[in-house]
Amino acid sequence: MSTIEPLEEVTEPWDGRGAAAERVYAQRPLGPIVPSGSIAGRSLTAVVAIMTFLAALTMGAVMMVVDAASDWQSDVSREITIQVRPVNGRDIEADVRATIDIARGTAGIADVRAYTKEESAQLIEPWLGSGLTLGELPIPRMIVVKLVSGAAPDFAALRRTLAAQVPSASLDDHRGWIDRMRTMAETAVAVGIAILALVIAVTVMSVTFATRGAMAANRPIVEVLHYIGATDSFVAGQFQRHFLILGFKGGAIGGGVAIALFAVLGAVNAWLSGTASSDEAAALFGSFSIGIAGYVAIVVLVVLMAVVTAFASRRTVNQTLEAID
Amino acid sequence: MIRFENVGLRYGLGPEVLRDLTFRVDSHSFQFLTGPSGAGKTSLLRMLFLSLKQTRGLISMFDHDTATLTKDGRATLRGRIGIVFQDFRLLDHLTTYENVALPLRVVGKEEASYRAEVVELLQWVGLGERMDALPPVLSGGEKQRAAIARAVIARPHLLLADEPTGNVDPNLGQRLLRLFIELNKSGTSVVIATHDIALMDEYDARRLVLHEGRLHVYD
Repeated sequence: MSTIEPLEEVTEPWDGRGAAAERVYAQRPLGPIVPSGSIAGRSLTAVVAIMTFLAALTMGAVMMVVDAASDWQSDVSREITIQVRPVNGRDIEADVRATIDIARGTAGIADVRAYTKEESAQLIEPWLGSGLTLGELPIPRMIVVKLVSGAAPDFAALRRTLAAQVPSASLDDHRGWIDRMRTMAETAVAVGIAILALVIAVTVMSVTFATRGAMAANRPIVEVLHYIGATDSFVAGQFQRHFLILGFKGGAIGGGVAIALFAVLGAVNAWLSGTASSDEAAALFGSFSIGIAGYVAIVVLVVLMAVVTAFASRRTVNQTLEAID
Repeated sequence: MIRFENVGLRYGLGPEVLRDLTFRVDSHSFQFLTGPSGAGKTSLLRMLFLSLKQTRGLISMFDHDTATLTKDGRATLRGRIGIVFQDFRLLDHLTTYENVALPLRVVGKEEASYRAEVVELLQWVGLGERMDALPPVLSGGEKQRAAIARAVIARPHLLLADEPTGNVDPNLGQRLLRLFIELNKSGTSVVIATHDIALMDEYDARRLVLHEGRLHVYD
């Protein structure tokens, strides 16, 4: 047995009290157990930001389609028309006046307006040309009846009264149009929601995979923490917190850009309102505003992305810990 | 403190790599675990720090049958065991000080309660001037000492070291052995896995020799 040289650096036995030692080492903040700012972490933030942006755009577009479809329906259903046909032996002007009186006497009617002879001539001008004397042709007269918003007038009773007092009048409550419009709107909404569901599913999956990729680089840290006596919940908690922040950061960037984009589009739309192209676009797509509900939905999406990222990291840590054991 | 009875280990459906291991590691004891490369030293060490389950037999650690422990129970027992890996396994983004303090941090201790102790231990192992250095800039010997300091900071009952002198020159190997002996004198049981005969000749201690999957104990 040979003798062993003492450790040169050891000046006194380690007694664990460290009274002198504390004086030479001032307190400073401890570094995070999970490293921040890694390449994998930045890539994950970028993936979450891009996917959140795309999902938010889809969601905004779907909400605009839903609003526009609802507007189309309500615009059409807020009006009915009554047509008074010329019949031999009856004074059409008297029939029009009688019809207006009956309509005004019905509950739930806001306004009744008969098209004048000139307006009726303008309506058929594209087909028959100008310069016509309406009296020469048996042209029916249109009466537009606007309904009180939210009211449901008794069309059956109105139809019966008209049939009894003005046989030449017929009522069109636009039901056929409304049914078609409803079918079209419901289809548009269903397609939009299906696309949104797909986009959110793809977002969740890609964020999950990106998180797993970022976690792979952290496997040695998981192993070391496990071997030095950290409980599984401690290890999972460290990563979950770190990835929750990463996911929230990415989501906030993507969601923030989407919110800014919608705000800019809304402002541009408002600025252009009154021009022909803008009015046509507004008639077709509604306004380019997603409203408070849209902004709230984007914020919810950002939170969802952060939760998905954190959950995926926790799952991966637990799988890693299972593999180690 | 630790008791193995007829312990066997196999990987998957392969042959048993360790057979009928029966031995004890007592409190305050010091032993070398040796054997040729591939004899199963690392597997036995992994069973000793609960990262590998035996396929048969009984392992009792600190009066607990390891087969019946919950995950948190295993983590608690692991906290009473210090391990020095052959490849150090220091976390590159943490300073030497933070690496050494990690076992105390993961059990929820406040930094103020252990700061002085960590600093003193670092000075004791000769890393007083390297506390703020990150592992990538430490030399092999410094990393080894940091790994040893991390293994003993929580005052484990048992210290396991896997080829602790495998990556250092003979002079530093001697100094590290001296460190283990000092720790043993302060009450920690020590198991050093090594195939360095010269190192074992430096200190008269019990030897556990693995050969062809069986363990031979030389007290």
